[in-house]
Amino acid sequence: MSDKLTLPKPQGPVDGAVEPLLSVEGLTKHFPIYGGFPIKRKVGAVQAVDGVDLTVGVGESVGLVGESGCGKSTTGRLITRLLEPTAGRITYAGQDISHASRRQLAPVRSEIQMIFQDPYSSLNPRQTVGTIIKSPMEVNRINPPGGVEKRVRELLELVGLNPEHYNRFPHEFSGGQRQRIGVARALALNPKLIVADEPVSALDVSIQAQVVNLLQKVQEEMGIAFLFIAHDLAIVRHFSQRLAVMYLGKVVEVGDRDSIYNRPRHPYTHALLSAVPEVTLDDGTEDRERIRLSGDVPSPIHPPSGCRFRTRCWKAQDKCATTVPPLVQVPGNREGHLTACHFPENPTTEARAEDIVLDPALAALEKEAT
Amino acid sequence: MTTLTKTEGAKAPGGPEAFLSVRDLRVRFSTEDGIVKAVDGLSFDVERGKTLGIVGESGSGKSVTNLTVLGLHNPKTATVEGEIVLDGKELVTATEKEMEKLRGNKVAMIFQDPLTALSPYYTVGRQIAEPFMKHTGASKKEAKARAVEMLDKVGIPQPAMRFNDYPHQFSGGMRQRAMIAMSLICDPDLLIADEPTTALDVTVQAQILDLLKDLQQEFGSAIIFITHDLGVISKMADDLLVMYSGRAVERGSVREVLRAPQHPYTWGLLSSMPRLGGDTAQALTPIPGSPPSLLNPPSGCPFHPRCAFTAEVSGNRCSDERPPLPAGRGAACHLGDEQRSTLFIEQIKPRLG
Repeated sequence: MSDKLTLPKPQGPVDGAVEPLLSVEGLTKHFPIYGGFPIKRKVGAVQAVDGVDLTVGVGESVGLVGESGCGKSTTGRLITRLLEPTAGRITYAGQDISHASRRQLAPVRSEIQMIFQDPYSSLNPRQTVGTIIKSPMEVNRINPPGGVEKRVRELLELVGLNPEHYNRFPHEFSGGQRQRIGVARALALNPKLIVADEPVSALDVSIQAQVVNLLQKVQEEMGIAFLFIAHDLAIVRHFSQRLAVMYLGKVVEVGDRDSIYNRPRHPYTHALLSAVPEVTLDDGTEDRERIRLSGDVPSPIHPPSGCRFRTRCWKAQDKCATTVPPLVQVPGNREGHLTACHFPENPTTEARAEDIVLDPALAALEKEAT
Repeated sequence: MTTLTKTEGAKAPGGPEAFLSVRDLRVRFSTEDGIVKAVDGLSFDVERGKTLGIVGESGSGKSVTNLTVLGLHNPKTATVEGEIVLDGKELVTATEKEMEKLRGNKVAMIFQDPLTALSPYYTVGRQIAEPFMKHTGASKKEAKARAVEMLDKVGIPQPAMRFNDYPHQFSGGMRQRAMIAMSLICDPDLLIADEPTTALDVTVQAQILDLLKDLQQEFGSAIIFITHDLGVISKMADDLLVMYSGRAVERGSVREVLRAPQHPYTWGLLSSMPRLGGDTAQALTPIPGSPPSLLNPPSGCPFHPRCAFTAEVSGNRCSDERPPLPAGRGAACHLGDEQRSTLFIEQIKPRLG
C-alpha cells in the first residue's frame, strides 16, 4: 500500500478531552405494531431503542456491544439517519440532525458513512466495483483532482485491493475482499464518522483479522471517528477506545476500555464478559468468574419495568422493579465510567467463591453431579 | 429417573478402542464446474464418552465429513470412498435401511440453525417424540412422557405445556435446547454437533455449552463438536482436529494443540484471533490470502500459498509433495519438529500476548 495516498488528517485535539463530534441524548425509536380488524390500529410498539445517551469524539472509536435485539443496529441506523427517531436529539458537529430534512441532511450524509454487516447483500451485483465506489462521489457531485477514476483506484489500493480490478463485479471477490470494497465506498467521501455495523461477523476467522487491521489503520491514519457495532467482545476490545454496553434498548454501562473489561460494575456486563469463550494459552486454571444467566433476552414489546435486566439479574430487589436506574458514575468508578445499576457489582472479573448459575436445568445437573 | 440410564452392558467396551473410526475418507461432488474434493483423505478416531473437536474455516470440509457419517449425502451427486466404522459396523457401504436404524438412535445430530432444522408444521413435542417412537416402538403416551422429561432436563420451563408449542413460539436458545432434547432422547452413543451455538448470543451460548457438557457426563455419549471458534472448542473438546481444505492438518489433545500448536495454519488461526486478555497494542496477525478453492486445490500442501514459512523448507517440497499427518499427536507439515518448536517459541508465541 503506497504512502502517497493522503487523506485529511484529524482536526481538533485528539489527546485528553476529545471534542464531541456526535452526541446523542435520550435517543428513542419505537416501531409501531398494527393489529385489529377491520380497522387496523396501533396496538403496541417494539421499543427497540429507548433513551440512549452516547457521544463520539473527533477521531475516537467507540464500541457498541450487546446481544441481538438490544437495539445496537437500530442505534446505528438512527445516527446515520436511515431511520427517523421517535424522540431524542442527535447532534452532529453542533448541528441538530434528529429531524433534519433530506435537503438539510445532504451535506451531513457525506460526512457520516456506514459499513454494513453482510458484504454479499450490501453491494449491487449488477454494478462493477468501480461504479459502486464512485457512486457516492457522483451523487454528491464531487470531482476530485485527477478525476473520479483515479480516486477510485487510489481507494482500491488503500484498502488492499488491486486497482486493476476496477471493472470486476462483486461476485468475483471473496467475502473479505467484498468487505474491503464496502470500506472503500465508505471512504470515498472523506467521512468524519463511520458507523460500522458488525463489519466482520460474516467473515471467516482468518479473514476477520485482515478487515479489523484495515479498519484500525484507516481509523488511526485518517483520524476518522468510528462507531463500531458488534457482538464479539474480543474484537470490540481490540478496536475501541471507549465502549457502551446495551441491553434491551438501553445503555447499561459506558466507559473506557479498561474500565469495561477489567472493572465492570453492571451485572449484565459481568455476565457478558464471563460468557465469552476464551482460549486459555498458559497453564493457569480458569481464574475468571463464571456466570450463567437463565433464559433469553425478554421481548422489547413488553420490556420489564424499572431496570430491564432485573428479570435475569441475581442481585435484583424490589427497587429494581419500580425505579429505572440512571446512567451515572457510581461510587468507585473512574471518570467517564457510567453504570445504570442500583446495586453495582465489585469492579473485578476474578473468579468468585461460588459460581452464579441461574439456569435451572444447568443448576440441577450440576447439583446432581456433585 | 431410571428410564434415562441405559443398560450399562452396552456401554462397557473392552478398553478405550475407538468407537468411531474414519479412515482415508474422500467425498467428492461433481458439479458443473468440475469435481469438488470436499474431503480428501481424512482419518480420525472418536473414543467413547470423549469429545472430538473439529475446527476449520468455511469450506474446510468439516460439515461434509459429519454428514457423511450419518449418510446424509445424495448418492447421485456425491461419491464417498474410504471407511467409516461405527462400533464395528461399516457405514460407507451400509444400506439406507440400516442407516435409518442408526440415525436418531445410535447417532444423533444437532444442527447449526434450529429454526431451519425444526419443521414449522409440527409441534416441538411431536418432533422430539418421533425418533423415540420410531426406534423403541414406544406408544404415543410413553413417548410424550419421555419427551416432556427431556424438555425438562434441557431446561424448558413448563415442559408439559411447551410440548404442544410450535417452533416459532420458542426463542432461539430454547429451540436449540429442544434440538438437544431431540438428539438425546434415544440416548445416542455418538452425538454430532455441527456449530450448535453459532447462531446464538454469547450468554445463551455459554448456557448451551455448559448444558451439553453436563448432559454428556450423564448420558456418556461421545461428541463430535464442529465449530470455527477456537474459544468454544477449548471449553468443550478433549481432542482436536484442525481441518484445512478437506484435510486434517493437525491433531492432538486440546491442550497440546492450543498451547503448543505445530502447524502454521493453527498458528495463523491463533494469532488472528483477538482475546479478552490479549494485548491491544499488538496488532492482529491475519493469515494472508483467502481459503483455497476446492475445485482446484493447490498442489502439495494445500496451505503453502498462504504459508509464511515455506522458505524454511528445502527445495519445493511444500508445493510438490503433500505432507502426511502422523497418527496421534502431530501436524501435516514439511517443517521439522525442532524447526517448528523454535519457530513457534521465537516468532508466534510473542504475538499471542
